[in-house]
Amino acid sequence: MAAFGIATGGGNWFSALALGVTLLKCLLIPTYHSTDFEVHRNWLAITHSLPISQWYYEATSEWTLDYPPFFAWFEYALSHVAKYFDQEMLNVRNLNYSSPRTLLFQRFSVIFTDALFVYAVHECCKCIDGKKAGKELTEKPKFILSVLLLWNFGLLIVDHIHFQYNGFLSGLMLLSIARFFQKRHMEGAFLFAVLLHFKHIYLYIAPAYGVYLLRSYCFTANKPDGSIRWNSFSFVRLISLGLIVFLVSAVSLGPFLALNQLPQVFSRLFPFKRGLCHAYWAPNFWALYSALDKVLSVIGLELKLLDPNKIPKASMTSGLVQQFQHTVLPSVTPLATFICTLIAVLPSVFCLWFKPQGPRGFLRCLILCALSSFMFGWHVHEKAILLAVLPMSLLSVGKAVDASIFLILTTTGHYSLFPLLFTAAELPIKILLMLLFTIYSISSLKTLFRKEKPLFNWMETFYLLGLGPLEVFCEFVFPFTSWNLKYPFIPLLLTSVYCAVGITYAWFKLYVSVLTDPPVGKTKKQ
Amino acid sequence: MNSGPKQGAGKPPMFGDYEAQRHWQEITFNLPIKQWYFNSSDNNLQYWGLDYPPLTAYHSFLCAYVAKFINPDWIALHTSRGYESQAHKLFMRATVLIADLLIYIPAVVLYCCCLKEVSTKKKIASALCILLYPGLILIDYGHFQYNSVSLGFALWGVLGVSYDWDLLGSLAFCLAINYKQMELYHSLPFFCFLLGKCFKKGLKGKGLVLLIKLTCTVVASFVLCWLPFFTEREQTLQVLRRLFPVDRGLFEDKVANIWCSFSVFLKIRDILPHHIQIMISFCFTFLSLLPACIKLTLHPSPKGFRFTLVSCALSFFLFSFQVHEKSILLVSLPVCLVLSEIPFMSTWFLLVSTFSMLPLLLKDELLMPSVVTVMAFFIACATSFSIFEKTSEEELQLKCFSTSVRKYFTCFTFLPKIIQHLFLMSVIAMILLTMMTVTLDPPQKLPDLFSVLVCFVSCLHFLFFLVYFNIIIMWDSKNGRSQKKIN
Repeated sequence: MAAFGIATGGGNWFSALALGVTLLKCLLIPTYHSTDFEVHRNWLAITHSLPISQWYYEATSEWTLDYPPFFAWFEYALSHVAKYFDQEMLNVRNLNYSSPRTLLFQRFSVIFTDALFVYAVHECCKCIDGKKAGKELTEKPKFILSVLLLWNFGLLIVDHIHFQYNGFLSGLMLLSIARFFQKRHMEGAFLFAVLLHFKHIYLYIAPAYGVYLLRSYCFTANKPDGSIRWNSFSFVRLISLGLIVFLVSAVSLGPFLALNQLPQVFSRLFPFKRGLCHAYWAPNFWALYSALDKVLSVIGLELKLLDPNKIPKASMTSGLVQQFQHTVLPSVTPLATFICTLIAVLPSVFCLWFKPQGPRGFLRCLILCALSSFMFGWHVHEKAILLAVLPMSLLSVGKAVDASIFLILTTTGHYSLFPLLFTAAELPIKILLMLLFTIYSISSLKTLFRKEKPLFNWMETFYLLGLGPLEVFCEFVFPFTSWNLKYPFIPLLLTSVYCAVGITYAWFKLYVSVLTDPPVGKTKKQ
Repeated sequence: MNSGPKQGAGKPPMFGDYEAQRHWQEITFNLPIKQWYFNSSDNNLQYWGLDYPPLTAYHSFLCAYVAKFINPDWIALHTSRGYESQAHKLFMRATVLIADLLIYIPAVVLYCCCLKEVSTKKKIASALCILLYPGLILIDYGHFQYNSVSLGFALWGVLGVSYDWDLLGSLAFCLAINYKQMELYHSLPFFCFLLGKCFKKGLKGKGLVLLIKLTCTVVASFVLCWLPFFTEREQTLQVLRRLFPVDRGLFEDKVANIWCSFSVFLKIRDILPHHIQIMISFCFTFLSLLPACIKLTLHPSPKGFRFTLVSCALSFFLFSFQVHEKSILLVSLPVCLVLSEIPFMSTWFLLVSTFSMLPLLLKDELLMPSVVTVMAFFIACATSFSIFEKTSEEELQLKCFSTSVRKYFTCFTFLPKIIQHLFLMSVIAMILLTMMTVTLDPPQKLPDLFSVLVCFVSCLHFLFFLVYFNIIIMWDSKNGRSQKKIN
């Protein structure tokens, strides 16, 4: 009895948190799921029923395999468990098949693979120093970080309602970050290489990894003033890193290289035929750009500066995913977005090279890479904001400045995920969960940093509070007005523009804080 | 975190109480008040007739008003029977949620804030655990009822009366009774406690004034609620007939009640005539709750009041007439209130109370949510109160009892160990029975085997708890008198 008491008593709050969130995920099983559910069912079917040579060619369903090979192998492994639940889901021809057992299996597979995420959070908590800790358990940075990560609202609704497998992928990313903090660089590099072959979206943060490993791992020592010591370069380390990456890629892409299918694989992985923004604009720079374009075109039409006949008919918010033109401002090509992203990422990468600050500097550069790619990338999904939000949680319990940036980023990022769940039944759930998470994150971080100056200035507070009326307007007022028929895209437009402002602001603030941070040594290098 | 509302999405439609509530909205909106409780061509009492007091009817009327604004098809007379749609389900669940938010949750939060001699952390933990109580969440949101309204009002009543706001407390409790007549289970403790207070203040002076004021409040609130039905004698009688169907038998369906369990051995329902059944149940009920009530009248104290609420409600549940298994919620609410004082036994009781409703929950296909909420509740209680470390005699409030017994049996020192072993056995039994009910099919000759087993086992538990709570109440007097505690 006593042993059981200790297990459930004050000692093991982490297990209690992990168990609690797992129970919550079980409750979310019967909720709405998006087309991503069918996507993954289709991939289970493809990998199970067809030989490898067909995996990237199969196109019976519109949801073709567009993740790297490791994910395909992952689905293959899952399919072997799936056949005990419902054999029918593994038939490629069973489009949109979703029996109760299929649903149960898929949901449980997400919940189960989240175990890796829980482990990664546990490792991350070890990397946080608890010097600022109060006596209360709930005030310790470790506890706050665990709650912010394990109960992250965005991850919950994207993974367990909308249906995706971001949990264990984020777990891999956080684990590799934690390994860097623990000075186990080889493991971290290996984990990242594996992650890259699970989901290639993590290419966004590859620059941070590459530069950090090169600068802080291959060059084993620094001069006293923090600049590079060229003669401390270690070829052995460079070679071993290269070997790791090469081996992982070989295991992943090897079979397809042997089958001469690499071009096909790459065309599936990087579909540039899609448009700049998809049906719902991700709240990035291009959303602001497109909104400005629309406003200017409306003004131009009113002032008779533009000829109505010359305006292309395809509207960007009509929901079709295709290529289109802007009307007033110059159109954007994939190359342009790539160049913009590169320019946006370069300063942070330079900072990482010239002012290395150990793992913490790496983490900030990683977040900046993720955010910059989100801001300027081509066909970005709003779900990609989670790539920046989760690592940012690690920084938020360290310094007050980071905490305030984190809160703005997270709150607006999470709010921008609302249009993903558009059914009426999910409305109370998403509002309740969002409120709980936001209130908890703000209050706990405020308590943690109560001795420093307040986290938000009046402008930021005003902006964050404005999210409430915006939600009320979009969900409750607008559907009952007459504009609902004429301009049905206005709530989406408003949401993405409003959030884009917040995210841009957070990105900018983080950049400023990284660039103006004094380096570890004495002199300040550019 | 209140995980209750999250249950709203995607649950299967419940034909029973869900349709009943929708039907009551239809009736109260479309028919004049005089016809609400009467059988007529428009109002077929056999099809979910109104059988709760007027306040429920008014509440349904209010909801119907809102429903009309959103979609009149939901409450159209006759044509909306069996109506089901996603939007309607969301609407109905929203009404439960709003009622919860307005009445029950503030009462719980206020109650926990006012707990004395308890740290802030424990207050928040208590509030969390009470709100997470699986039984109420599952019945209100899963099975679909408005128990949170009547329980919330009763809780406001408890709050008022415990902190000397007697008039407001009794007003709140009258509202509770007028919402669901089952709240009469709680009425005796209220009556005894308030009477005790009047006696204490002296029947010649302030006590008499208080008594008169209380009587006026109660009468006024009843008159206010029943006003439209007092116009004719026949109206009042008909409503009473609907509320207290004495024509029905001693029990219906399977309930964790003495009579149901006893009928496993002896079918008294069929043997004894009707009025004798009523008399027997009446006698047993009152005999079992008399000691606690007398004690409360003589020594009124908030602590004694809470425990007497538990024991009275439990006596009524076990011995009374026409008890539904959902009535265990009336016992669970007072037990939630004493959660911070005896966490171990309260958690145990609340788990058993949820378990006793297993057949009902399975019928509504609520197995997964019930397992999840029970586990969440158990984890919350175990971590907040460290219940497994608090099983000493002192913690179980059995110190006085065991010292008295030790005067006769000096070796009576192993009470905590017995209780721990009992707890372990009970949890194992509950888990086994749950698994058996879910996976196995009952034998042909005994189709109700598992339901009856569940009821029987729960009944044994409840008897044990009845004895336990009565012990606490009765032996608390010696403690109170000797140490002059004003609690």
